[in-house]
Parts: sequence; structure tokens; C-alpha cells
Amino acid sequence: MKFKKKQASTKQNIPTSSMPDIIFMLLMFFMVATVLREYDVKVSYQLPSAKQLEKIDNKRLTSYIWVGRDERVQIDDNIVLIPEIQQIAARKRQEIPNVIMSLRIDEGAKMGVVTDIQQQLRKGDALRINYSALQKL
Amino acid sequence: MLKKRNKQEPEIPTSSMADITFLLLLFFLVTTTIDVDTGIGLVLPPPPDETQQVKVKTENLLKVLVNASGEVLLDDELTSVSEIHEIVKNKVRENEKLIISVKVDRQTPYRIYISTLDEIKQAYQDLREEYSLKTFNTTLNQLTKEQLADVRDKVPQKISIAEPEQR
Repeated sequence: MKFKKKQASTKQNIPTSSMPDIIFMLLMFFMVATVLREYDVKVSYQLPSAKQLEKIDNKRLTSYIWVGRDERVQIDDNIVLIPEIQQIAARKRQEIPNVIMSLRIDEGAKMGVVTDIQQQLRKGDALRINYSALQKL
Repeated sequence: MLKKRNKQEPEIPTSSMADITFLLLLFFLVTTTIDVDTGIGLVLPPPPDETQQVKVKTENLLKVLVNASGEVLLDDELTSVSEIHEIVKNKVRENEKLIISVKVDRQTPYRIYISTLDEIKQAYQDLREEYSLKTFNTTLNQLTKEQLADVRDKVPQKISIAEPEQR
């Protein structure tokens, strides 16, 4: 008996001509989703956790203030003194009128420094704030 | 004599296009961070000299005082942070106009402040859930945008961060 290998009559290669289009689409998505400016955080902090969290999807509106365990304050790429925050906040407010100040504060920091920062933000008229926190399980 | 030239269509080689786009794609894949920022949102009051002092009746004010070791004084009653939730819920249910004023000591750790705010937010969340069940017969996360806006309007969060004491 003779066995004949069965072979499909169709072509076997996958059409790759549309591959660039697909990749372009993915590329577009990532290009839109990327915010290139990343900060170099110089203070060490551990965020507190909470249950009732809100999300900020709009990264372009947010501006961060870090407060480390040693209560040093960082805005953008600089360590700043508390009295300087007012000016910085006012400038940010001018650049982005509906700016959200996201406070990334170490969970062990004392409230004194937090209150001082808040008072400065109020004077600088940047009133929308967000206490950054992690989801409590 | 005219020679018939073999006409060839000019073509750009597109086979390497995929590679180039892959390279770009990889670059953006590596640089993208898609982490959304989560946290507790709040709107600070304008600076003290601009605002006219609003008098609030004492019966409409619930004072939450937190000291450095995490003990809570809720309208002169000593409780702990984890109990704020229930007490606030009951008090707001009794009096809709209640404003919750949070005041913390300068020495209080930030962690305790956040859990206090979280507890109060939870109390409001529960009340909204109740309202939603009563009026729309669904839970909060199944409401439409308009309904959600209505719930937010009917059960507003009235949290006030008290002026800090002068040092």
C-alpha cells in the first residue's frame, strides 16, 4: 500500500503585509499614554493606605509634593523649604489653572509639616489637593 | 531605433518597516508607566484673610480631635479611630446639616490623619449607598452618571479641616 502525505492546497505563509499597521496602532496607543517627564525622587517615603480612594486619571494636571520620613520636602526635582512652597504653588497654578497637588507623604511624618504645607498651598491658591494613598486590602 | 525599455515600477522596500515600528514601540513600552494615582481628594479652603468667617451653629458641628497617640475625641467623647465610622454615620443620619470638623495635633503621625479621613469618607459612602438603595433600588456602582450626581448632591460630604493653632 502506498501512503501519500496529505497536503493542504492553500498557501502556508502568514500574510505579514498588515503587520506594520498593527504595530503602528500599538505604537500610537503607547505614544499617547506616555508621559515622558519622570521625577527623580530624593526623599524616601512609604505611603499610607486607605479604603475610600479616588483615582486621578489625568496625570497632566497633577503636580507632586513629596515629604520624606525625615520631613524634607521635594517639589519637582528640588528639595525646597516650606516658606518657598507658596511661590511654587502660585506659579503652578498660573501654568495649569486646575492643578491638583498630589501630596505623597510618608506615613510616619508628623502632621505639623503637613499642616504647614497646606497653609502654604492655601496662600498660593492651589486648593485642589490629593493625599496619595495605597489601597488597603 | 527605439528600444522598448523594460519599465519597472519604483518601489520602496517595506519589509523592514515592521522592524522600525517595533523598535519605536519597544521604546514607548519601556518608558510608559500606566499607574493611576490613587488617593483621598480634598479641596482646601481659600486663605484665611479672604474668607468671611461663617458662623455654624454648634449643634451642626461635629468636632473630631485627634491627638498624637491616635486617641480621638468625638464631641467630648473618647473613642478610637476605627470607631469613627459608625459614630459619624449615626450622627449624620440624625442631623443632615452636620459638618465634620477635623483637627489634629501637630505631633500626630500622618498615617492616623489619613485613617481618620478615610473613616469619615467611609461613613459618607455608606450613607450614599443607603440613599441609592432607597431611591434607585440599586447599589452605587450600578448607577448612571446623572443618578450618581444626584446622590452626591443629596448626600454631600461636609468635611472641614480646622484652622491650625498658632504656634
